[in-house]
Amino acid sequence: MIIKVLTTAAFLCAVPAPAFAMHISEGILPLPWAVLWYAAALPFIAWGLRDLRRRSKESPWFKPLVGLVGAAVFLISCMPIPVPSAGTCSHPSGTGIAAILIGPGLTAVVASIALTLQALFLAHGGITTLGANIVSMGVAGAWVGWGVFTAARRLGLPWIAAAFLAGMLSDWATYAMTSLELAAALHGDGSFTTMFSLILLAFVPTQLPLGILEGFLCAGVLKFVRSRRPELLRTVPAGGAA
Amino acid sequence: MKKTALLLLFAGLLLSGPIDAVGQTSRWSGVDETVIEKFAEKAGRPAWEPFINTDQGDLLLFVFLLAGAAGGFAAGYWFRVLFPPRRKNAICPEPVEGSSGDGPRGITERGFLNHDV
Repeated sequence: MIIKVLTTAAFLCAVPAPAFAMHISEGILPLPWAVLWYAAALPFIAWGLRDLRRRSKESPWFKPLVGLVGAAVFLISCMPIPVPSAGTCSHPSGTGIAAILIGPGLTAVVASIALTLQALFLAHGGITTLGANIVSMGVAGAWVGWGVFTAARRLGLPWIAAAFLAGMLSDWATYAMTSLELAAALHGDGSFTTMFSLILLAFVPTQLPLGILEGFLCAGVLKFVRSRRPELLRTVPAGGAA
Repeated sequence: MKKTALLLLFAGLLLSGPIDAVGQTSRWSGVDETVIEKFAEKAGRPAWEPFINTDQGDLLLFVFLLAGAAGGFAAGYWFRVLFPPRRKNAICPEPVEGSSGDGPRGITERGFLNHDV
């Protein structure tokens, strides 16, 4: 089974195809879509802020942890990594490990801060597309990462395997969501499904290896935290500190 | 053996990659800048210039450096708050000259200064 998966992955890497990235640039989405994605992102951010107030009262170390995770998400999501299989640069999102450590609600908050700074000062993403970028990175990526980790732990997987899967799948979910946003807004008279599939497939050469890299990053960070300060994982779902 | 060969093949493909795939754009371009914008142009939605356009000459390098330094400082600060250096197992049992306070200071097993936080 593993051999089959690896062979398929290697084949996909060898297929020449352009790749798409997660940050949608300024002005690409029509106004109604931009507004819709803002509206979709806002409840998650509001819930995350409420979560911050509540959990900060419970644990004195929670705000420093949010600060550290926020800075890490900002750095990771603006760090271009060369991907030889595609010949391009792209970046991981860091939202998988963020969701495990501080929860998916607060991950939307730190991702929105990181994406706003990048859109304003780094010519990376855009203000009009900020809502869509928050939904793909801070909501879809975070919830998939958190959900996969929780489910994997409840299924009895070792925590390191659960963290690897969470990191990898959160990265891929981010790009799947970006594909959906682009296809929904830009398919015009053509088929939405066809366009969505084309964009999703075009992501594969870049994001397949980057997702695997993000899986290792997620597992490595969790291993470090477990060995140095396991009490930080007390609130992690499904026994992250166990 | 078969597994190892396939793993090596997989790693080789990742490292070598299809060079032709990038013939369409410049090598090592950021995919969010080049491909999405090209794709959007095909759909009649070209990207606008950023509201604060720092993508001019070396200005972008400067702001990335600034952002990296600020983000790195913040990450390092909170990291040190949450994960202070360990103070156990000092190799040097005697206090280092000029030091004061409780306990020995010096290089620990892990190679960093064992100082107060």
